[in-house]
Amino acid sequence: MARAPYFSSPSLQTLALQNPAALAADQHAALLLGGFHPVPTGDGLIAPQAKQGQDEDRVARVHDTGPGGAGTLDRINVAISNWVGDHGGRLLLGLSFPLLLFIVWQASSLYGWLPDQILPAPSLVWQTLQERIADGSLWDDASISLLRVLRGFTLGVGAGLLLGGLMAASRKLHDYLNPLFLAISQVPTLGWVPLLILLVGIDEGLKNILVALSVFIPVTLGTYQGIRDVPHGYREVGQVLTFGRAQMLRTIILPAAVPAIFTGLREGLSNGWQTLVAVELLASTEGLGYQMSYGRQLFQLELVIAAMLVIGLIGFVFDFLLGRIENHLQRWKVAA
Amino acid sequence: MSTQAKTRLARPRLTRIWRAAALPLVLLAAWEASTRLGLVDPHQLPPLEDVVARGWSESRNGDFLTALAASLGRDLAGFAIGAAIGTASGLLLGFYRPAQSILGPTLRVHRQIALFAWVPLIAVWFGAGEPGKIAFIALAAFQPSLINTWRGVQEIPDRFHELAAVLTFSRLDFLRFVGIPAILPAIFTGLKAALIYAWQATIGAELFMTIAPGIGGVMMQGRQLFQMDLVLLTILLLGLVGAGFNTLAGLSETLLLRRRTS
Repeated sequence: MARAPYFSSPSLQTLALQNPAALAADQHAALLLGGFHPVPTGDGLIAPQAKQGQDEDRVARVHDTGPGGAGTLDRINVAISNWVGDHGGRLLLGLSFPLLLFIVWQASSLYGWLPDQILPAPSLVWQTLQERIADGSLWDDASISLLRVLRGFTLGVGAGLLLGGLMAASRKLHDYLNPLFLAISQVPTLGWVPLLILLVGIDEGLKNILVALSVFIPVTLGTYQGIRDVPHGYREVGQVLTFGRAQMLRTIILPAAVPAIFTGLREGLSNGWQTLVAVELLASTEGLGYQMSYGRQLFQLELVIAAMLVIGLIGFVFDFLLGRIENHLQRWKVAA
Repeated sequence: MSTQAKTRLARPRLTRIWRAAALPLVLLAAWEASTRLGLVDPHQLPPLEDVVARGWSESRNGDFLTALAASLGRDLAGFAIGAAIGTASGLLLGFYRPAQSILGPTLRVHRQIALFAWVPLIAVWFGAGEPGKIAFIALAAFQPSLINTWRGVQEIPDRFHELAAVLTFSRLDFLRFVGIPAILPAIFTGLKAALIYAWQATIGAELFMTIAPGIGGVMMQGRQLFQMDLVLLTILLLGLVGAGFNTLAGLSETLLLRRRTS
């Protein structure tokens, strides 16, 4: 962990690395203001000693700003940070930027800065969304896309867990399979599109294979790394308890590998969703991606933006759901 | 070193090379056998020697090179723009809390919108020609460089802040001596991911937007003319470029970060 070159004073460096407790906040705040008075201690380290009687107000300010100098900028930052500190303020600040964008967007359409073919009015997008929800076409497209991504995701996760598990289980298998896997993963997913169109046409098969492929790669990597990096001590515990293979896998290896596997799953799902949208843009007659390319051809950008909103919402929900599942599977960590 | 020790050292490496080559060789042999025996339609899977011959002739007349140069130029232009903005924004968001409070949530949501969903909008706003393609590639490179830099700043250990405070570092000194070195690995992870995303997006842009010189264009041409050999070659080319990027990124990372490990 030692990052020696960044620190000019060797004594301070050892102090900080070996005795971080010595740098309690109040001490260094006092140090910062009162100057540094090195005092040799018994174990050869230099201990800082605070000068007494500091100005309370100034100490408090340093607490807030953390590192670095103190200036007007800091004071403004602290003021804003304090205000942000309460929950409502944070929410408001987070919303302020989208709100600003929205106001500019609204103003642009109100004053006709940009033609509707370039930037449709927010009201038009809203109206389109409402119409498409009302006549059910939005749900049709979304459900088609969702089904496709779930099919590809299931395939890709199955294959990825299998290959990742195999490669982690046996060094020999890893040596045989990994090079080809790496070679395949170097090709951008979309690069397979022309080949697959020639081989399987532009129907569901194309979408399933491409989504599965884009899911497969991160899931394989995550599974392999997750299982390989299970701390050796965990395995030893299992051996001491004379666990069988299945029990070892279920009670020790899989739970310990959950974070890495889930990183793979999350990336996989997000990749799969990306890929599906791309393939639907290229070759499809239904689905959200197709709606976008349709809207683009008709120069009805409100269709495009409405579809984008739904795509973003679905991506958000996917990520959220996987995050919840991961937390659920990691309860044991909290208890430990 | 005695010869005995040498062979003992050399053998695992030889075994590994043999193992790495085994599966591809089996696949190539199966390919060759199936075309020879007429098991597959030569349109779907042309004989191996045809592909090699096509690759030779294409690389000799320079068409591949031109296409590759066009794609790479586009890719790097987009990457440079996107990664620069992304890394700078990541630093701003990480080190300047008001920026994080104001822009953070929006950028987090923006990340959820599938990248390719931007294609139609960008095509209308920037045109489907070169500016549109580069804007799209830049957007692809922007996201990972932003997220990784931002996360890197957030994960600077507290004791680094404390130490900097002890040393009465100014804000600038903190960045120079503590902040930037501490987050360099994260920045690199971001740039590496950005490089790969940008390459993906380059292919996407060439497939989605107007036909332009580039590997994507060659692929589309191969598909439309049903020239499987051409399509296979472009995939090989894509893979090689991807591998090249990864190697390059890995090398520069080790070079630049060597100071840390010493």
